[in-house]
Amino acid sequence: MFLSRQLARRVYSRSHRRWAHSPVAALSGLNTVTEEDLAHFSKILPSSAILSTLTPSATPPAELEPFNNDWMNKYHGRSTTVLKPRTTQEVSEIVKWCNQRRIGIVPQGGNTGLVGGSVPVRDELILSLANMSKIRSFDDVSGILVADAGCILQSLSDFLVSHHHIVPLDLGAKGSCQIGGNVSTNAGGLRLLRYGSLHGTVLGLEVVLPDGTILDQLTSLRKDNTGYDLKQLFIGAEGTLGVVTGVSILAAPAPQASNNVMLALPKFENVLPLFKETKRQLSEILSAFEFMDRTVYDLAVKHGQGRALDPADVEGADCFVLVETSGGKREHDEEKLNSLLESLMEADEPLINTGVLATSPAQFSALWAIREGLTEAVSKEGKAYKYDISVPLHKFKEVVDRTKEQLRQKGLLHDDAVKHVVGYGHVGDGNLHLNVVAAAYTPEIEAALEPFVYELVASYKGSISAEHGIGVMKTHALQYSKSPTSIEWMKKIKALFDPNGIMNPGKVLP
Amino acid sequence: MRPSAVRLLNILVPVKRTVDYAVKIRVNPDQKGVDLNVKHSMNPFDEIAVEEAVRLRERLKDEVKSIKVVTIGPTKAAETLRTALAIGADSAIHIEVPESAPAPEPLGVAKALRAVIEREKEGVDLVIMGKQAIDDDAGQTGQMLAGLMDWAQATFASKLVVDPKKKEAEVTREIDGGLQELKCRLPLVVTTDLRLNEPRYASLPNIMKAKKKPIEKLTPAELGVDLKPILETIKVTEPPKRVGGGKVENVDQLIAKLKEAGITPVKS
Repeated sequence: MFLSRQLARRVYSRSHRRWAHSPVAALSGLNTVTEEDLAHFSKILPSSAILSTLTPSATPPAELEPFNNDWMNKYHGRSTTVLKPRTTQEVSEIVKWCNQRRIGIVPQGGNTGLVGGSVPVRDELILSLANMSKIRSFDDVSGILVADAGCILQSLSDFLVSHHHIVPLDLGAKGSCQIGGNVSTNAGGLRLLRYGSLHGTVLGLEVVLPDGTILDQLTSLRKDNTGYDLKQLFIGAEGTLGVVTGVSILAAPAPQASNNVMLALPKFENVLPLFKETKRQLSEILSAFEFMDRTVYDLAVKHGQGRALDPADVEGADCFVLVETSGGKREHDEEKLNSLLESLMEADEPLINTGVLATSPAQFSALWAIREGLTEAVSKEGKAYKYDISVPLHKFKEVVDRTKEQLRQKGLLHDDAVKHVVGYGHVGDGNLHLNVVAAAYTPEIEAALEPFVYELVASYKGSISAEHGIGVMKTHALQYSKSPTSIEWMKKIKALFDPNGIMNPGKVLP
Repeated sequence: MRPSAVRLLNILVPVKRTVDYAVKIRVNPDQKGVDLNVKHSMNPFDEIAVEEAVRLRERLKDEVKSIKVVTIGPTKAAETLRTALAIGADSAIHIEVPESAPAPEPLGVAKALRAVIEREKEGVDLVIMGKQAIDDDAGQTGQMLAGLMDWAQATFASKLVVDPKKKEAEVTREIDGGLQELKCRLPLVVTTDLRLNEPRYASLPNIMKAKKKPIEKLTPAELGVDLKPILETIKVTEPPKRVGGGKVENVDQLIAKLKEAGITPVKS
């Protein structure tokens, strides 16, 4: 039954409004989910696919917490209803209804995003893709994998292992993140250096548009130049132009040999020459080049992430670099790697103090666990303000130092406010993860950091979000990396696809 | 200078190059063996043995005179020796056998190790080796070696404390009921269990030093040992495939299915 009646406006407590303007504006024309809506959804979905605090579902609010709160526990939505459709058709019907009823929708994958893009700003309906987790097909000649958007990245990895292929992206959240979410955020990760971005590896998408129409461009063709490449709009749109329900992606052949080595550097200035030399000598077998400063390494060790290096090996190290190689022939790779390591150790002015080479798969994983565990270590240490930025490589240390100095000048650099300022990231891609670890999220710290960090990045002509996306966190900061013309055209495209503004309102665009 | 009455420790660590533990094992079509065209690395328990020898030297310092590693295998097995040298062994012995030769059996290995020990001019006081190899899971070589040498043995060690002056060692063993503590006289064979230590990463300076450490090559004939197998493998098969369960929508369905399967509720 379609009812249009004015709902009593609930007054929400305004205790901690950190994102005052845009999301409120974006939500002002939208309706909340009512029991009548719930009754309609019950006709489309079985009761096991509906979680709602409204009657007759009457789910306890606590069960909606994992959907309403983001991974960092920094952003909190107040949705009453989570729907978990199992097919694209069900998604289409839900979206069609919400468009007619002007109900805001937050498409949600693994909810591992770091910019508050995957949880409601207020009480928008949460559309979880978790129940759409089938692998549709895999062609082991072309390497093309077609999967539902709700497939967890790790399970795609596990599936491909027996077919001697790998997913072309890898990130620390792989045990929880879903491929639809990865695509919607154009996730980068640890393998981008070698396999490129999702804009290149995604071959086709199946998307439900904001009016419920199913756009099926799930091609399995490697090359297809027929008209405008619409899928590129959805890759990285963070769910604001439609719901990704199916992905066709080019899997890469699994490397026959993988090696990694953790190098200890006496000073940050050596990172750039080390990168150049590593690229030169390893060339095509280089598959990852990750940087971490000493402080964040120590935090990882403190919080039991991976296995620490010997104290003798880390002494005097100002920062570390993890290098990974992947290639077709073990002997060939090891020869190149050993040559590189010898030349580094025996140079007249060595760029490194020392390093450790993994000699077994267990050690290979242990070294990676240090790098992949940095995010978790930071979260365990305190409340993290995360700035995922692209700046010139030689400015990485300067960004960390100047942020520290800014906080010191504001009197915020002590154990009860900001405990640490650390940097780590995908040096090979020019991408630094600046993390400010605080005892608690407070307006004072946020005011000290923003717009300071964004202005700093803009001064280097960098990106205020290299790979994490905009979400709700950086809508006001988009202007630091994109011109008014660009933003204006983004808004035009948004209005074209989503005239009622129901798709992930308050996210991405200011 | 007073000559030392203490006998310094000479440690021998046998190591084996096995299929890597992370590899998915596939049985060959002839059902006589598994696919060996996969990644190999040092048997994890042997890594622990090498690590323990190096840690003993770090604790006892000059009282450990030498740490020698030995392996039986084809040419590629030399890499395993280099890894051991990079962790901290001093020198290595490679008993080379042809690539096509069948894998040696525990008794053959134990006899070869006895020959190596008897050949050592300085003698061997302590053999530290893995409790089993992860390819055949035999778990026999250490015990057989101790028997052949008429030496003490302490297997499944989770802790090792050596006193070279007293020529004694205290070993804690992992057994079914818990832990057992033994006091043994040297010479001694110790086999390592998982919790003895966690092997270190090989550091770059040590890897480079390892390239210069000596590897002595020997053949079984030179040791006077015949490694021909005396056991015949009749058949190798995979374990039966796990039959899938079913998914239910909610708790009521779960209870219904449990009742169907004949499981009755018990009143608490």
